[in-house]
Amino acid sequence: MKHTLRQVFHSPRFVVGFAIFAFIVLLVIVYPIFVRSAPLGIIGQGTFFPPGIYVNAYDSIGSEPYTLKLDNAAAKRLASRLSDEQRLAMMEWLVAAGLSENEIDPADTEKLLEQWENNYDPTINIPGQTNARRNYFVRLNASLGGILATEAAIIAEMNAETNTLEETGSVDQTDYVNINDVPNKRLLPLGTDNFGRDVLTELVSAIGTSLLIGLVAGLIATTIGLTLGLIAGYIGGFADDIVMFFTNMFTVIPTFVLLILISYGIGQEQRGAVTIAVVIGFTSWVWTTRAVRAQVISLRNRDHVNLSKLSGHSTTRIILLSILPYIASYVVMAFILQISSAILAEAGLSILGLGPKTTEVPTLGLMMNWAMIYQAQVLGYWWAYLPVIITIALISFSLNLMNTGLDQVFNPALRE
Amino acid sequence: MPEEAILEVRELTTKYITRYDENIYAVDHVSLRLEAGKSLGIAGESGCGKSTLALSLMGYYFPPLHYTSGEIIIDGRNITGMDPDEVRKEILGNEIAYIPQSAMNALNPTRKIINFIEDVYKAHDPSKTKKEVYELATGCCDVLGLPAEVLQKYPVELSGGMKQRTVIAVSVMLFPQVLIADEPSSALDVTSQKMVIKMLKNMMDNGFIKSMIFITHELPLLYNVTDEIMVMYAGQIVEKASAKQAVFDPLHPYSRGLMGSIIVPESGARDVALTTIPGVPPNLKNPPSGCRFAERCKYVRPLCRATTIELNDIGSGRAYRCILPESELRDIYQEEAERHAR
Amino acid sequence: MPDENKICLSTVGLTKVFGFGRNTTLAVDHVDIDFYESEVASIVGESGSGKTTLAKMLLGLLKPTEGEIYFQGTKRDIRTRKKKREYWKNIQAIFQDPYASYNIFNKIDSVLLDCIRLRGDGRLPKEEKVALMTEACSFVNLKFEELTNKYPFELSGGQMQRLMIARIVLLKPRILVADEPTSMIDACSRATILEMLLRLRDEIGMTIIFITHDIGLAFFISDNVYIMQQGKVVEHGTADDVILDPQVPYTQRLISDVPKIHEEWDLSTV
Repeated sequence: MKHTLRQVFHSPRFVVGFAIFAFIVLLVIVYPIFVRSAPLGIIGQGTFFPPGIYVNAYDSIGSEPYTLKLDNAAAKRLASRLSDEQRLAMMEWLVAAGLSENEIDPADTEKLLEQWENNYDPTINIPGQTNARRNYFVRLNASLGGILATEAAIIAEMNAETNTLEETGSVDQTDYVNINDVPNKRLLPLGTDNFGRDVLTELVSAIGTSLLIGLVAGLIATTIGLTLGLIAGYIGGFADDIVMFFTNMFTVIPTFVLLILISYGIGQEQRGAVTIAVVIGFTSWVWTTRAVRAQVISLRNRDHVNLSKLSGHSTTRIILLSILPYIASYVVMAFILQISSAILAEAGLSILGLGPKTTEVPTLGLMMNWAMIYQAQVLGYWWAYLPVIITIALISFSLNLMNTGLDQVFNPALRE
Repeated sequence: MPEEAILEVRELTTKYITRYDENIYAVDHVSLRLEAGKSLGIAGESGCGKSTLALSLMGYYFPPLHYTSGEIIIDGRNITGMDPDEVRKEILGNEIAYIPQSAMNALNPTRKIINFIEDVYKAHDPSKTKKEVYELATGCCDVLGLPAEVLQKYPVELSGGMKQRTVIAVSVMLFPQVLIADEPSSALDVTSQKMVIKMLKNMMDNGFIKSMIFITHELPLLYNVTDEIMVMYAGQIVEKASAKQAVFDPLHPYSRGLMGSIIVPESGARDVALTTIPGVPPNLKNPPSGCRFAERCKYVRPLCRATTIELNDIGSGRAYRCILPESELRDIYQEEAERHAR
Repeated sequence: MPDENKICLSTVGLTKVFGFGRNTTLAVDHVDIDFYESEVASIVGESGSGKTTLAKMLLGLLKPTEGEIYFQGTKRDIRTRKKKREYWKNIQAIFQDPYASYNIFNKIDSVLLDCIRLRGDGRLPKEEKVALMTEACSFVNLKFEELTNKYPFELSGGQMQRLMIARIVLLKPRILVADEPTSMIDACSRATILEMLLRLRDEIGMTIIFITHDIGLAFFISDNVYIMQQGKVVEHGTADDVILDPQVPYTQRLISDVPKIHEEWDLSTV
């Protein structure tokens, strides 16, 4: 036993797969200790906030300002105010107004603004320009006002008594605030989803749920498969016929369709994560049964089994002590594969909307579902679906890698 | 006048290097000399190194088997240390033919036998046309006692014995100098075995091969097939003698034990006391410093474990690896026989 | 010497057919054999002759399709588990591959302890069990205290096969079915196994049914020989009669195909 474990941990594939999987599991366990917010708690008023550090603007006004003189501060400010689209639009207008293209450099903000200032005239009629487009340029021009200003911004509060704005402070362009002084800030490494939930926290919770579903479904499927396979393989005869009858039945019906039907039949209200896991478990035992049965059939005529019979052992004892240990490694590998396929099955179900209830816990499939419904991929909000896809892929990959590693250990013919 | 040797091997040593970088000297300073028209048998039990010797003699082997020292000279040509690929192209098939135990598995189940033969010629003698190959093949089958229909069959249509004989026949179609057969008939039933033996003798008589090395653990076969027998133990040759002498008058204690355990269905065989040798062969990772058989030898002396024992050549083609002189051994055996008779 | 008066096991019309419908294989074809007490009987045949199937039916591991087996005069009935256990106190087996006979996950002690339990001595105190096992091992030149708590892969092939014989010493069955017990053993160790089996036979009057393909071995060790071909017994008699003076062409061919060393081996007959 010890020798086998040592061999297992010497297999590079197993170690890599195990490392990835262990990291994911650790993440699920450790993360909630540090981040206490509820996974399904809505924190964003609005949809799909991009990833970043969110600093409370109101608090930053009140915080102690520090004066810093940094190079290129003005240029950076200018550059961020004008988007690429706007620059190209300005260039388009200037070219249409008569300037040669070579003279205009959209990257050089100051020069571009200067050219614009000198040349823009809302009254010039440019042929082929629609009204909407002309209004766009008017708005663009208005927004540029003050872009080059160097005075401070004034902060005024409404005096309740006099009903006038009173100046309470100003913010200079060289004022900087130490982020540690700002009491309210939130790091959202993966932004928010369409509901306004922190994607990272949601993701970690979803991994936990999906792993649980995978584990439960895998356990159920493997247990059923092992039991039926042992009975069918060793006892043979009528028992074998019955088991094979059910196995063939389940093979003919596509499991996924079966899953969909059962899931639909249970109804939205009853579908918890564990319920789904149980359903998946009870529909995916077929492959394991077949595989175990084949192994047992090849084992039951071995000499040590015959000798066991000749020593007067009971059938149960022979199955448990002479057959089961010989297929143990195979069953472990089958179990790992069942976990992997169960997680994917749940994801598939959830994407279709037939997964666990959406209000209790998130699962990886549910997150994919929401991202799809709210068109995250169309709108380019990659943080809502890409991390989920990568996570599913990593979990599946690490499990399969562990499986291949184990296969190499238990089947010396496969070693390189 | 000694005949020109077809195959001469001098002090050949090859080793296996395990995963953990240990050296196992499976073939330890083996020398042999094979002349035209002669056949040599190598006898030994499993694990003595005879199969490794077969591979080493060809010069065609790969890691973890490595060459250590010694020379192999075939037909005057020194092939020691030759690159395996060169050996495959120039030596195998033309000069040396090799038949492993399960040679029948070399047949591709999806192609006919004649296609297999065509492949062999394509690799070694591409000048032959298909028609020429077919004629050569039928001629061969005729002489060697194989029915000509075999050529058009698929391997699955042939019995195990037939397949083995086919592959053996194909291996000599290029008329090699030496045939090395490693347990060619062990996996077959007795009738097929007899057919294989008959074919091998046929091949020697009809000049398909000039000489043969037959490796097996079944001594009655060697007695009937080969002229000379070498007994191998723990990687070393422990006795060399003519077939008759080796089986009926062995000198080395191990050979004696081995010959004493032969069982044949002949009258008088029931009254023979079979010999046993207790113990197991030594682990070749750490071979004992003195005689490798000392642990199990009935006649062991203190000096046996202390010194390296060389092959003791006593002339007329006999040699044995023991520290005791011939006369002393014969006295011991005589005494034992007398004691047993009483 | 076999006691011609006491028949301990006999078969009448024993037949085994595998498969059903159109694909049937007739493995054993209406075999009638009588085995005597203290006899060494060899069943010789090439592969596919049905000898292993016959052995399994005699052992009760395979159910015959037709025919009866009589044990000590009465028809054998092993339908219940209790009856099977009783039967297996009287008939045991040694198989060909010493490595495959052991459960690789259990220590070798379990093999001997199972025998003690089958005997009905499962309740004995530990020291007595160890004494029994030590005695059985010493019969086969093994030291129990060296082997105890070892796993099968730590022993050599010869040691494992001898341990199988130690099992037989513990159970002292009336009949032993030995299925090619020496074919995977070194030639030098073969004689030890054979000598131990014969010694057992002499001491407890056990019948040995020796299954083999090696006719020389059958000749050496047996009192009576049965030649099987394609499920049928084609010739039987004392070893001297069958081997030295075979009547049936199949037997004659079988013997002439084995290489000889004292007589000339005629190659022209193939």
